[in-house]
Amino acid sequence: MTDFMVDGNAMAGDLREIFAMDVTAATVVCAGCGWVGAVATLRLWGHPPGVVARCPHCEQVVLRIVRAPDRVFLDLRGAMRLELPLSS
Amino acid sequence: MAGTAVSRRLIWRVATLVGARMETPTARTLVLQVPDWPGHLPGQHVDVRLTAPDGYSTQRSYSIASDWPGDGTIELTIQRLPDGEVSTYLTDIYRIGDPIELRGPVGGWFVWRTAQTSPVLLLGGGSGVVPLMAMIRARGAVRGRQPFRLIYSVRTPQDALFADELARRVRDDPGLDVRYVYTRKTPEAWPDPPRRIGVATVNTYGWPPEFEPDCFVCGPTSFVETAADILVALGHDSQKIKTERFGGTS
Repeated sequence: MTDFMVDGNAMAGDLREIFAMDVTAATVVCAGCGWVGAVATLRLWGHPPGVVARCPHCEQVVLRIVRAPDRVFLDLRGAMRLELPLSS
Repeated sequence: MAGTAVSRRLIWRVATLVGARMETPTARTLVLQVPDWPGHLPGQHVDVRLTAPDGYSTQRSYSIASDWPGDGTIELTIQRLPDGEVSTYLTDIYRIGDPIELRGPVGGWFVWRTAQTSPVLLLGGGSGVVPLMAMIRARGAVRGRQPFRLIYSVRTPQDALFADELARRVRDDPGLDVRYVYTRKTPEAWPDPPRRIGVATVNTYGWPPEFEPDCFVCGPTSFVETAADILVALGHDSQKIKTERFGGTS
């Protein structure tokens, strides 16, 4: 057993460093199976700052964040769509 | 986001440990002074970064245990785990006056806002109770009237975090109920044998789905999956169930 969060909630800090809003509250559509849910509920492998987030339904990679010393790579190939709430 | 500063790039801040207390033999609450803390919502977390002299750096996310009255300190309650390279440092070595790098608050999904009026059902496993405690404290701070129920699964009575405070709040915060589930050892004269959380417990001590409660489930992965499955089986709308997992498969 380890001591870190293992779902998309734990990506909030790294994503918030890139985006102006909280992406973990966004709804994502998995490009693999069409599963729809909150980014916060994706399953995480590894831990920040190098993470792979997979669909909880089909386990396809939805999102990857890889950090280099002076830049960050965000791979969203498995996310067919992101829906971000704009209110408050 | 209510009570927080306007959008800007998230930065690492240097916090200082100004107080600490052991909640159980293996869990420690850190009281941190964070410069220019923008405020947080109950359920949000922070990222903590440790950097060794050789440059090796590692970060972890920890839920905030305290509510935010508008100023002061924030509290993290850390469960020590045998192979936790960050948690063992924070529970055993990190001393009053020491600095630490911290980033947050983050996470806008697993949060409860005091303006929400629905009944709330909190299901916590082990140290998964920490963000739920922030919700209970925030409700207490505003004298919230939302009906709140916590079902708290722990191995033994000695493992229960915040037990005294929860007992006090059940007495003093109208509309708050707490039910414990003991998985290894129960207190004397407890009516049930040790067991994991089950349908009967959630059905008896939770809210019925017709009340349309906001459900928050936090704990180890196995606990979260079991508890969320029970809620869905009892007829709760999956859109009203929010989960947060930590640890591996236990």
